[in-house]
Amino acid sequence: MKKTVLPIAIAAAIGLSVAAANAATLEDVKSKGFVQCGANASGLAGFATTNDQGEWTGFDVDYCRAYAAAIFGDPSKVKFTPLNAKERFTALQSGSVDVLVRNTTWTMSRDTQLGLNFTGTNYYDGQGFMVRKSLGITSALELSGASVCVQTGTTTELNLSDYFRANDMDLNAVVFESANEAIQAYDAGRCDTFTTDASGLYAERLKLTNPDDHMILPEVISKEPLGPVVRQGDDEWFNIVKWVGFALVNAEELGVTKDNVEEMKNSDNPEIKRLLGTEGAYGEAIGLDNDWAAKAIAGVGNYGEIFDRNIGPDTPLGIERGINALWTNGGLQYGIPVR
Amino acid sequence: MEIAYVRSEPAEALPPPTSSSGPIGWLRENLFSGIRNTILTLLALYLLWLTIPPMIQFLFIDAVWSGSDRQDCLGADVGACWAFVEARFPQYIYGRYPIDERWRVDIFFFLLAAGLIPMAIPRVPYKTLNAIFLLVIFPVVSLILLTGGDFEIGVSWWLALVFTLVLAEIIVLLPALLGAVPFAERKRPATVTLVPFAALALIFVIMGLDFGLREVETSLWGGLLVTLVLALCGIAASLPLGILLALGRRSKMPIVRMFSVIFIEFWRGVPLITILFMSSVMLPLFLPDDVSFDKLLRAIIGVAMFASAYMAEVVRGGLQAMPKGQYEGADALGLSHWQKMRLIILPQALKHVIPGIVNTFIGLFKDTSLVLIIGLFDLLGMVKLSLVDPKWATPVTPATGYIFAAFVFWVFCFGMSRYSMFIERRLDRTHR
Repeated sequence: MKKTVLPIAIAAAIGLSVAAANAATLEDVKSKGFVQCGANASGLAGFATTNDQGEWTGFDVDYCRAYAAAIFGDPSKVKFTPLNAKERFTALQSGSVDVLVRNTTWTMSRDTQLGLNFTGTNYYDGQGFMVRKSLGITSALELSGASVCVQTGTTTELNLSDYFRANDMDLNAVVFESANEAIQAYDAGRCDTFTTDASGLYAERLKLTNPDDHMILPEVISKEPLGPVVRQGDDEWFNIVKWVGFALVNAEELGVTKDNVEEMKNSDNPEIKRLLGTEGAYGEAIGLDNDWAAKAIAGVGNYGEIFDRNIGPDTPLGIERGINALWTNGGLQYGIPVR
Repeated sequence: MEIAYVRSEPAEALPPPTSSSGPIGWLRENLFSGIRNTILTLLALYLLWLTIPPMIQFLFIDAVWSGSDRQDCLGADVGACWAFVEARFPQYIYGRYPIDERWRVDIFFFLLAAGLIPMAIPRVPYKTLNAIFLLVIFPVVSLILLTGGDFEIGVSWWLALVFTLVLAEIIVLLPALLGAVPFAERKRPATVTLVPFAALALIFVIMGLDFGLREVETSLWGGLLVTLVLALCGIAASLPLGILLALGRRSKMPIVRMFSVIFIEFWRGVPLITILFMSSVMLPLFLPDDVSFDKLLRAIIGVAMFASAYMAEVVRGGLQAMPKGQYEGADALGLSHWQKMRLIILPQALKHVIPGIVNTFIGLFKDTSLVLIIGLFDLLGMVKLSLVDPKWATPVTPATGYIFAAFVFWVFCFGMSRYSMFIERRLDRTHR
């Protein structure tokens, strides 16, 4: 009996607050003068960290700045609330933040049961493997019998055993309490391979004694689509967050960058004209100015620029585009057309 | 009988043999006095040999003292990456406090030192003025400096102030109103009661003034600043609250006693993490949409309540250690309850429990790092956050960061501990 009462009470409380927080977020944001954005409190290399000057930087952080730029024309009109994994959804439900961009995996239960809406996928993550180059392995399917360093009690561990069983391989897992211990054991040579989410692999690789001696295998064995989240029930705000995301991808497809966005406004390409607001009134339809996308791109650049600046091959993380490449390049990033 | 020679003065004492004096004697007596001791000494020396030289090697000899990014701290035999701590040092102190406003935090640190150091040295005069500065002026000035001041003191605050004032005056004047004593006799207490309210009203006015300081929200605070603010508020609130609760728990009035017991047992029975979680995760769900409590304020209140409950039990231990004769003696002198407590019981009881009180303070100081889980960044939180930055990620960066945090915490806690021992010796009048 006790078991059922508590969740109902919590659900009722959440339901109440969701009903209360249905007010128009856009108006709220405009009157505050900034977007309140939920960010990763413990930090995630390349996605949300603080630099030496104490400013927030990262892939997710730039998405927040893009919303601010689309609304105010100024990417700095954003404030960040550091949230940890447990409090992130409550913070959004209770209205403490307007949008949550915190490497949050889009799953059905989260999308349908928490009173939240996922606005799309800004980064397709998934579990991967890191091995020493000297092993001469090129595919995760060759890992049969290899010892695998993994953090215990996570979905990572479950995915690992699923994958090995499905492919009929012998699993020799060496489990650790924390990711830090696991990577150190791998570095010390206790395991042949180390597994965690691919974005995390690149960050952990930097902590190795000789990062260049290690490589990340191409296989991704689980689906972790990460994306921005908003409250359910405010469709206007949902549209804004969703379409700023699409606009950034469209901009990359069309070759519109932070530097050339002004001259692109004179382009004859109707797709670019619609995106940048020189034709049609697509901005008005979502409650913004017609040059909303142009302002967002001028603020933070297009999807590819955000990627390259924060996590791309030229950064210490050195993540390849992989499945996050544009659909025209064999990836999954596909901008829904503005028309 | 012929006496050839009689010594008229005692011969000068020979120095003790070198085997039992000086460093060798000390070694023989303390470290090699028997087989067991010798084995233990050698074992300890071996352990030190195993740990100390590599530590010095890592911390100083192989350490990287300057550099601009991770490239400088990479390599096979690189020690501590102090360049990283150097680059992040301002953040460890100020958090994300805006760079051009950091002078305000510096003034806060300076005022804190200027208030605390003379207070801590018994020889320095003007203790009363010093205490007023530390307990009234310093908090108000700091609050305005750090947040930017210009608070909106709503009408409800003023109404509450006036209402409490009227209530207090009625209570003070009650005997006169009932005709038990002439009004003239209650005139002085009534005037005295006005003083704290006048001070509060003045503070309200000052808080509402605009000093032209830019507003800095508490979400930007961090590092040592947050650690100190949390610990200071906790310490300043927990001692008086704890004393009141301890007295309440031993009171003969059932409602007061019950309230104290429930309060103490509730806060002591819940882990601090739970309190912080409740305050940051659950509380916003129950509050109306437009009411938002500052996160730092919530944490401060939680930490202060938690520490008060512990403090109450420490103080109660001291109260119970007092012999009954002290209470009876005070009663025989005709002292009122509060006079008895203030003049006879508490000074002795608190002296007994100084180690316990300081223990609670040190525990509180270290517990402040738990606020990390609700997204506030104290010193340790700031260090942890900086470890994620790919610009500095190397195999030695985490160790360096944690060593730095541990050192800062140790300096503060060790300082508190030494000072408490000094006070204990100073107050120790009976057992010398």
